[in-house]
Amino acid sequence: MTMPSHTAPTPAPAAVPARPAVDWPGSLKDAATAAFVALLLTVPLVGLRTVDRPTGLSIEARPDEVIASIVLVFLGRLGLGLIRQGLALPVLVLALAAAAVGLALPMPTQVLRLVLVAGGGIIALRAAITLTTGRSKLSQAERDRRMDRVAAKVQHATKYIAPVAIAFAVALPLTPLADRQLLDIGILLLTYIMLGWGLNIVVGLAGLLDLGYVAFYAVGAYSYALLAHYFGLSFWVCLPLAGVLAACSGVLLGFPVLRLRGDYFAIVTLGFGEIIRIILVNWYQFTGGPNGISGIPRPSFFGIADFTRTPPEGMAAFHELFGLEFSPLHRIVFMYYLILALALVVNVFTLRVRKLPLGRAWEALREDEIASASLGINRTNMKLAAFAIAAMFGGFAGSFFATRQGFISPESFTFIESAIILAIVVLGGMGSQIGVVVATLLVIGLPEAFRELADYRMLAFGMGMVVIMLWRPRGLLAHRDPTILLHGGKTPRVNAGAAR
Amino acid sequence: MSVTEMTETPLLTVEHLTMRFGGLVANNDVSFVARTGEITALIGPNGAGKTTLFNCVTGFYTPTVGRLSLRHPDGREFLLERMPGYRIAQSGVARTFQNIRLFGGMSVLENLIVAQHNKLMDASGFAIAGLFGLPTYAKAEKAALELAKYWLERVRLTEFADWEAGNLPYGAQRRLEIARAMCTEPVLLCLDEPAAGLNPRESGELAEILTFIRDARNPNGHRTGVLLIEHDMSVVMRISDHVVVLDYGRKISDGDPTSVKNDPAVIRAYLGEDEDAELPPEVAGDLPASVVHPAPKEI
Ligand SMILES: Nc1ncnc2c1ncn2[C@@H]1O[C@H](COP(=O)(O)OP(=O)(O)O)[C@@H](O)[C@H]1O
Ligand SMILES: [Mg+2]
Repeated sequence: MTMPSHTAPTPAPAAVPARPAVDWPGSLKDAATAAFVALLLTVPLVGLRTVDRPTGLSIEARPDEVIASIVLVFLGRLGLGLIRQGLALPVLVLALAAAAVGLALPMPTQVLRLVLVAGGGIIALRAAITLTTGRSKLSQAERDRRMDRVAAKVQHATKYIAPVAIAFAVALPLTPLADRQLLDIGILLLTYIMLGWGLNIVVGLAGLLDLGYVAFYAVGAYSYALLAHYFGLSFWVCLPLAGVLAACSGVLLGFPVLRLRGDYFAIVTLGFGEIIRIILVNWYQFTGGPNGISGIPRPSFFGIADFTRTPPEGMAAFHELFGLEFSPLHRIVFMYYLILALALVVNVFTLRVRKLPLGRAWEALREDEIASASLGINRTNMKLAAFAIAAMFGGFAGSFFATRQGFISPESFTFIESAIILAIVVLGGMGSQIGVVVATLLVIGLPEAFRELADYRMLAFGMGMVVIMLWRPRGLLAHRDPTILLHGGKTPRVNAGAAR
Repeated sequence: MSVTEMTETPLLTVEHLTMRFGGLVANNDVSFVARTGEITALIGPNGAGKTTLFNCVTGFYTPTVGRLSLRHPDGREFLLERMPGYRIAQSGVARTFQNIRLFGGMSVLENLIVAQHNKLMDASGFAIAGLFGLPTYAKAEKAALELAKYWLERVRLTEFADWEAGNLPYGAQRRLEIARAMCTEPVLLCLDEPAAGLNPRESGELAEILTFIRDARNPNGHRTGVLLIEHDMSVVMRISDHVVVLDYGRKISDGDPTSVKNDPAVIRAYLGEDEDAELPPEVAGDLPASVVHPAPKEI
């Protein structure tokens, strides 16, 4: 896919009342150039493919894909050129048609479908913007302001969205829709939402770029697994212990590291994440090494009842206790509610702490460390607190993960996990709680929904991140409301620029 | 020296302060005192070492040699050269920066509430009592809000209270920085070129605010001494009670404004410039945060 280059020789913008004649040769030449660039790029990247044969690796050509992508680039570039020359409406119709064809008709490959739908969609969007604003492109500042307004609206609408969303999340397992698969996806999403909210404390509030958050997740998971394995402790005893241990590891890491600034800090946290994983791999006798730990006990119903059909001595069976038919789904539903509750605890904590001196000090540190110190804020303590608290929530999530999977190994705690959680926070808009939810739905939910595109998931993920960084570097829903108002929102808070 | 000066014990005593950066001596054996109820102005050409001296007093640098002691009106004494920056701030020294350092993304009011961090942190029991909404914290926050309102009113920013601080006009940002420093309820306020970049009307207002701070008792009953770095000589001559002149890191003159103005050493240092002439605004500014730590000291 080629980005439209804006150096292309284009005539005056379409705002002129008398529509200028369409420069067909120019547009065709421009599109042909783009197609040529696409040819150069796609021949090695798409056109050749290594295939594993019994005789060894061999290379196979894929001319169809190359031709398809070149044609699509040609058409796309032509469409963009024509939009700029005042033919927005026909291009809009054609692009929508292409997207519809991609959606409806069977395609030879899934990539083709993806490109048709996405490409058609983007061009249609461009054309629609042109039709409404009379320009083919918004300036960066203008776009930012619009997105800010959207983010502010969403933020204010959260008051109404949040209860509905929570009610929906609570009701979901009770509906007939709730099968095993849906609940599993729900649990996965909620786990990432919880981790995103946890990391948001460090990254979004305190402004510390932590690239090793998964380490605390791992500490929590292994704390539970090992405590259960060696001492036979139950989940409900281990959950707080795992949180405490993760918080301790956060403090342990924090002490030497928090003096570092910016990039150095990020790199050291990244190293810490790897160190934890490598310890887990290599301390074979204690952690089981790469084989991990299996047979991690499942949680009971608050220590009262068990979810098995025939519970062990001294324990009631959940279905008997509540007079239900036995169903293996009960435990899943319980897990779902458990992670929902844990995630909400993190959320409520963050919402409350923002209005407390601790949270305000974090935000002040993010804005300006030197000024914070000049006001008597003990930076080390504040950062340690942020680190420890976020680590504790990571630890809770980790021990939940261990009990849900029943099996953990260092494989689950690689750097990519940290990267994904960080991507969720950054994509959503640093500090934005609702942003984390939206970003989790995008980053975890979409790939989960398009499982058949598995091969291209990471590609699409990377592309999405690049587009967001170009288009909205501050994150989708970055918007900050003051934590305390003097005028109760009666006088409008004048927006950027007005006072300059 | 006036009678009040004789009776007041010094608030800040700087003795033999020397600050070296490698071979560069930014402050060379500087001694002076600043008193409560006075505005002490620190003047000198660009690069004379004024900001460096401030950074030593407020703990951002550890002085190479010298003693800095702060004596509260109630008799408590602090040796500033041994304390990290945040402790110095906690013991009653507030400052502003040559390059404004507000919490730009936070609201004006929040800036003033953050300034009362330590008080509120205690009241909220390291956030635990606060999380559960205990009444002690609610009361403390209300008091903090009152103090913030008081200073908002003083620097005439009440109507901007809910604005993002970064969106304020320049002059208002300067005033907000002073209000924020005052919300820490300091005994000594250090201002690094507060009039830089202000128009004449705004610097007139600033002079009023500064004399108010010098003369009034804070809501908590004590008074605040002011240590002021200033380039605008008209402001200095109008409002300061005591002037210290630095040149190439050395103190070259010390006394009341008129005697300093007529001191030949001062006139020489300013190359015979008319005392009313405004020196060019300083370009050097505060150094970026990354180089602000020559000595490994926790600020
Ligand atoms: N952190 C530092 N490292 C090296 N040199 C410094 C540092 N801070 C200040 N200086 C030097 O000390 C001298 C005095 O600077 P400064 O105190 O900013 O002057 P003023 O505020 O009086 O204009 C300058 O030559 C400056 O370059
Ligand atoms: Mg200076």
